[in-house]
Amino acid sequence: MKYLCLIYSDESQWPKMPKAESDQMMAEYMAFGQSIQKSGHYVGGNRLQPTSTASTVRIRNGKLSTTDGPFAETKEQLGGYYLIEAKDLNEAIQVGAKIPGARVGSIEVRPIAPM
Amino acid sequence: MHDVDAIYRAESRRVLATLIRLLGDFDLAEEALHDAFAAAVERWPRDGVPANPRAWLVSTGRFKAIDQLRRRATFDASLGALAQELADAAVPEPDVSDDGVEDDRLRLIFTCCHPALAPDAQVALTLREVCGLTTEEIAHAFLTTAPTVAQRIVRAKGKIREARIPYELPSRTDLPDRLGAVLRVVYLVFNEGYSATAGAAVTRHDLSGEAIRLGRLLVDLLPEPEAMGLLALMLLHDSRRAARADANGDLVLLDRQDRALWNRASIAEGVRLAERSLESLGRGPYALQAAIAAVHAEAGSADATDWNQIVGLYDVLLGLEPSPVVELNRAAAVAMRDGPDAGLHLIDAILARGELADYQFAHSARADLLRRLSRRDEAAAAYRRAIALSVQEPERRFLARRIAELG
Repeated sequence: MKYLCLIYSDESQWPKMPKAESDQMMAEYMAFGQSIQKSGHYVGGNRLQPTSTASTVRIRNGKLSTTDGPFAETKEQLGGYYLIEAKDLNEAIQVGAKIPGARVGSIEVRPIAPM
Repeated sequence: MHDVDAIYRAESRRVLATLIRLLGDFDLAEEALHDAFAAAVERWPRDGVPANPRAWLVSTGRFKAIDQLRRRATFDASLGALAQELADAAVPEPDVSDDGVEDDRLRLIFTCCHPALAPDAQVALTLREVCGLTTEEIAHAFLTTAPTVAQRIVRAKGKIREARIPYELPSRTDLPDRLGAVLRVVYLVFNEGYSATAGAAVTRHDLSGEAIRLGRLLVDLLPEPEAMGLLALMLLHDSRRAARADANGDLVLLDRQDRALWNRASIAEGVRLAERSLESLGRGPYALQAAIAAVHAEAGSADATDWNQIVGLYDVLLGLEPSPVVELNRAAAVAMRDGPDAGLHLIDAILARGELADYQFAHSARADLLRRLSRRDEAAAAYRRAIALSVQEPERRFLARRIAELG
């Protein structure tokens, strides 16, 4: 069964990170990505650009409205995701817990709805 | 009919736990259980009680479920596929030996207490599926409505199904955390029964009894130190039930309780379990709390209490689980050993840090020490703060009486 692991964190902290730390994070993400590809859990994944680059699109009463920014202002923001294959929630949680971002932010693990 | 009743009481929870594993769904299993017992009521008076009632019930329940699914498949084709899957899997007889069933009961407990479920859902689901309480009984115990409880349970079962929470025993690495979640639920149920929140009576012992039963089941199935520690703690608290309230339903504190009313059998068992738990590797906070309760239980009178040992045990407990509430309890013990001033100093330090400001027992403990130091005005103010934070009638009456006694 597929699960989406949404990676949330306070993006205002990223620029404040010393280079050594952010390099370390990068390396950990690379290692994580490789390990779940090897284990067969990886289906997809991407890092997102910060919410300052986001635009929100809505259609109301047939009219298109585009606004600057994420859909809502939140304390932690969506920074990336992994789409994984896991046999059950326990396995999905184990994988999600290994995402480096779990240590500084929150990982939401949500099952993909069946067709 | 009488036989079926007795077997229902003895076996229904076990049969349910196994059916959930075989059928892969809580609701399907509950229906199957119901159908199996309905069949038993019909057939056993006629054919006699089977040699292995449990195996008969599991088998019957499973086949009735498969039949049900086949019938519903006319409306929903996917059910037909499920029915076939279950029928194919039904070839080897299910393991209903005591060991096999124990594993299923553990699977059920761990699933109901899965951390991915909301805490109040864990409690409701455990009481319903493991203990067999009705939604009305659960609602009454937690002072809420049956539809609220029913909703929680429906949502929890939905989450189990949709997110695919597996019906399995945690691995050895996961066991400590997962067991912690189960013990938390059990202790919560016990505390609900022990000091009924916002209620008129001090204890609701049916819930406490349920929690102790659950605690025993856990220790039977999984003799881990913390499970033993929790059972010991509950037995020791419960041993004082008869002495905790007087004839008017008013609170009687530990130092004033009539120790002749304490249940010695519970104490003996609790002390034994506390000792075993304390001596084990992997002993934890429940073992320590049980040990503290055991020191109280073994004191012939309030004056004979070994406060020095209690303070020492609190020191170890704080090392395992630092928390301001534990610090507060330690401060009360220090006050008994070294005098009110020493304890007051510690409590004031906690409050100065900004902690426990809204915890009624911090203020009532402080008030008590001020009272013993004859600082009456400050004591009254602290008692009033405690009353404002208290939701239990007997506690409020007790605190009001203390204020009156200050003169």
